[in-house]
Amino acid sequence: MLVPLEWAKDYTNINTSTKELAKKMTMTGSKVEEIIELGQDIQKVLVGKIETIKAHPDADKLVICIVDIGTEKIQIVTGAPNVKEGQLIPVAVHGAKLPGGISIKRGKLRGVESHGMLCSGEELGLTEADYEGAQVDGILVLNEEYPLGMDIKEALQLAGEVIDFEITANRPDCLSIIGLAREMAITLGTSFKMPQVKLDKGYGNIKDQLKVRVDNKELCPRYTARLVEDVKIEPSPLWMRRRLSAAGIRPINNIVDITNYVMLELGQPMHAFDYEKIEGGTIVVRNAKPGETIVSLDDKDRALTEDMLVIADLNKPIAIAGVMGGANSEITENTKTIVFESAVFDGGSVRLTSKALGLRSESSSRFEKGLDINMTDLALDRAVQLVQELGAGKLVEGHIDELARPIERKSFCVKTSRINDLLGLDLPVSQIVDILTRVGLDIEDLGQEIKVTVPTYRNDIEGMADLAEEVARIYGYDKIPMTLMETSVAKGTRTQKDRLLERIKNTLTGMGYYEALTYSFTSPNIYKTIGYTDPKDYPKSIKIANPLGEDNSMMRTTIIPSILEVLSRNYNRRLDRCRVFEINPVFIPKEIPLKELPEEILTLAIGAYGKDYSFFTLKGLIEELVERLRLEDRISYIQDKHPSMHPGRCAKLLLDDRAVGFIGELHPKVADNYGISDRVYLGELDLDLLLRETNIEIKYKALPRYPAVTRDLALVIKKEITAGQVLDKIKSAGGKILEEVSLFDIYEGKQVADGYKSLAYSLTYRASDRTLKDQEVNQVHSKIVAALESDLGARLR
Amino acid sequence: MKAKLEEIRLEALHALEGLDELDKLEEFRLKYLGKKGALTQVLRGMGGLPAEERPIVGQIANEVRNQLESELEQKTKDLKEAALTRRLEAEKIDVTVPGERPGLGRLHPVTTVLNELKDIFLGMGFDVAEGPEIEYDYYNFEALNLPKNHPARDTQDTFYIDNTILLRTHTSPVQIRTMEKQKPPIKIICPGRVYRSDEVDATHSPIFHQIEGLVVDKGITMGDLKGVLDVFAKAVFGPETKTKLRPHHFPFTEPSAEVDVSCAICKGAGCRVCSYTGWIEILGAGMVHPRVLEYVNIDPNEYSGFAFGMGLDRIVNIKYGIDDIRLLFENDIRFLKQF
Repeated sequence: MLVPLEWAKDYTNINTSTKELAKKMTMTGSKVEEIIELGQDIQKVLVGKIETIKAHPDADKLVICIVDIGTEKIQIVTGAPNVKEGQLIPVAVHGAKLPGGISIKRGKLRGVESHGMLCSGEELGLTEADYEGAQVDGILVLNEEYPLGMDIKEALQLAGEVIDFEITANRPDCLSIIGLAREMAITLGTSFKMPQVKLDKGYGNIKDQLKVRVDNKELCPRYTARLVEDVKIEPSPLWMRRRLSAAGIRPINNIVDITNYVMLELGQPMHAFDYEKIEGGTIVVRNAKPGETIVSLDDKDRALTEDMLVIADLNKPIAIAGVMGGANSEITENTKTIVFESAVFDGGSVRLTSKALGLRSESSSRFEKGLDINMTDLALDRAVQLVQELGAGKLVEGHIDELARPIERKSFCVKTSRINDLLGLDLPVSQIVDILTRVGLDIEDLGQEIKVTVPTYRNDIEGMADLAEEVARIYGYDKIPMTLMETSVAKGTRTQKDRLLERIKNTLTGMGYYEALTYSFTSPNIYKTIGYTDPKDYPKSIKIANPLGEDNSMMRTTIIPSILEVLSRNYNRRLDRCRVFEINPVFIPKEIPLKELPEEILTLAIGAYGKDYSFFTLKGLIEELVERLRLEDRISYIQDKHPSMHPGRCAKLLLDDRAVGFIGELHPKVADNYGISDRVYLGELDLDLLLRETNIEIKYKALPRYPAVTRDLALVIKKEITAGQVLDKIKSAGGKILEEVSLFDIYEGKQVADGYKSLAYSLTYRASDRTLKDQEVNQVHSKIVAALESDLGARLR
Repeated sequence: MKAKLEEIRLEALHALEGLDELDKLEEFRLKYLGKKGALTQVLRGMGGLPAEERPIVGQIANEVRNQLESELEQKTKDLKEAALTRRLEAEKIDVTVPGERPGLGRLHPVTTVLNELKDIFLGMGFDVAEGPEIEYDYYNFEALNLPKNHPARDTQDTFYIDNTILLRTHTSPVQIRTMEKQKPPIKIICPGRVYRSDEVDATHSPIFHQIEGLVVDKGITMGDLKGVLDVFAKAVFGPETKTKLRPHHFPFTEPSAEVDVSCAICKGAGCRVCSYTGWIEILGAGMVHPRVLEYVNIDPNEYSGFAFGMGLDRIVNIKYGIDDIRLLFENDIRFLKQF
């Protein structure tokens, strides 16, 4: 809310500097966003009078003017086509500054000295609305008398301070000059007065000419109107235009300006209808009828629905209630008689209508927050008062006031001790009463309690907590002492999940992986990009109803695409290696459309490319991680296929017999989609499952007391038999004394027959209660060899 | 024979002196001291000596043997020492050549700062609570005193899935979920991802991270809120940090406040980071609105509480002087490496 300070000063005293005022207002709840100094960019521009004009000796298009600026007469060369002797004009003298950072210095134009510049309206940053003639080609000719040498900012009322306040949703009363003037008075402890409105007596009687019927009193609890005849539509006076401009509203004509002026001043949106366009001289406030449309003031055709409230005449809607007027009843230069409307409409209804039409206005944004039902008639009279002040028309006597029910002020009782208890203060009752009275509440001291009666402009005050806020903001948030509640001794606990997550992240970063955080949104086309060929295989995914574009319209069901984007970005920035992971939920719906909240599965995704990286680098990482979660005995890897992955280099991970994720090498076609020509390795694991199953209990196992016996075992075996099968066989045949099996060499090539490979293992045997004898070891070792030979067709090498 | 022994002694000592390789020492020992060595040869000839000379020659022979053995031992030691010195000299390296790094990764700065904040609040007795990112309108708005069509809903541009399900716009629904399950005393922080339909720019991201706090118990005051926030701010931004509460409005708290901390960069003098105000806004807070307590069947006449919430990404940016929130989601390794 932009508040020109001199406007606010009409209603309160400001006994401090603007800067100090801004600070104090912020601390009582009206946050100051900015102090704007108008006219700062115009310096040393004075009112001057052109005395004489002579031709320039060396230039046809230039003339030499002698200009009287009060203290002296100076010579200025100008090319303006519209100069005439005797004109009053703005003169930028030597050292002047103009908007846009332009500075004016004396100099010579085609050999003739010029001591400044005559200014056009545009050069002063003025529009036609600011000053008549501001947009003509040439200099700005002032059409009123001003003392010569007067600062142009003073003459045209260009200077002044404007404070921009941030107004919170609970204080619609502060969307007005008087609302903020009242807050200034409360803050500074100065006086505040409401506008005093006295109207000159009018003619005739409104009731003879205008009828108003409110059909929907729920949505329109109050509707007031007055009639003004013999209207002369013309520009409003400079002071009004300057105030409107300073408050951010474009001046249009006297009548429209008055409605806007009253809205800004009192916070009550107003509307003016051309009376002659209202059929039957009757205004009906009703819901729109099926199929009705209206062209709004912004010249757009609007389709109305039955839940929308309209202002209509006997036949058609002439305004969308509280949102915008209709073009069919708009004030034009031919308007003779106007109806001023000042009403209260239901906030929720205005908000829905404005949202449904995609049409927000100064008016709707005020109505939707809920307006003071007591302001309608004052605003109406204020508008008429301005009409009379401006001589813009003649009042028809009387007014219309359709009030649905008597106006009641809210009132309730509160123990002041509870206010103190909530704030952590110990203020005496008298001080609390003082503060609440100062903010405009009527207080009755009942001893144990106070009875509070709330003015209608403060409907946000409903109970003890609201009073506590009023007390706190006036007493000063900064004066509330800092304390720490007694319960603060206990130390908080982290969940097991939280601790395990930290362990996983530390393990991953310790092994060289960077943690990434990416958007949870993705594109519906993403499945194609990551290698799915048949849309029937696409995972069920949740769509956002109002996304920021198609690419961000779906909640991800996998983190793989996000990781690929991170890898791709780093690859494009020429990093020769990259290792990243992300831990975040993916969103898995049971059905679409959603009948309940989807499952959010905490997922770990890992991605890497670069030299010396292979499938087994990634697998090794996973093995370390799984061991860190003490799940190594329950995880197995089986060859698998995945749409995104290399068909021969992908493993599914099983926890016991439940799928927990996959790892593998990215399919080159998918890598190509991401512009990566290196081999890329990816893995994705269901962390929720892993964390649930993690065994956090640690039990110490005694270190071995008897020596181990190591035997090597070299086999030649068919290629298609996996290392996993061999390992299982060795383990099952090895029994209790086989402590460890480690595969230390795999060979395929010259010394091995086609279709075969050689595997070399080191087997460690140990018993926990004795030193093993060779014979015992030999027996088991032979059993292993026999099993490998008979069951897997292996041969010893 | 004496002369012979003396000759051997001199010859051997001379030979030993000339030796400069460890390998040759064994050869030397065999030649003079071994079973077939010169000294043994001489002693074998002792049988031919008169009996009275034998002890004398024997003594001399022993003396020569002892001397040679001790000299040999010394020589061995010297040569070993010299060899080691030579090796060490030869092995000198250029210590300014860069090391071979195993390559550490890093936590994302948002995680790092979150961990720091968790530690601070855990130390003050808060537990960590979490909730879903896709949420019911009820938990995100209604139960927080933001009924349908409340104008304040506009300040949180919301992504909807349908009429009743949305992407949570703040972590406050976790407060409601916690209070539904648990009776006071309640003391939790809720970190997590939140969503607002803001177009991306240097200060806006449709996805960001929040951390909220909630305390509900008997006798909780606004003074307690100020105290907790002060402890927090000093822990994060340094012991000199001051906090300032300004009145504000949130539908779910009353009284409500916006909270500024003194700018850590300029110490309150005014700089570009704090827009020359000396203060940086970091969070919103207030006393839990009685109506919110009523929603979860906690009697506001018996209990009171406070809540606060802040944007984690913003704290990260302030703490590290990052001027563009987009960097946090780009995951450029050169960026991540700096934290």
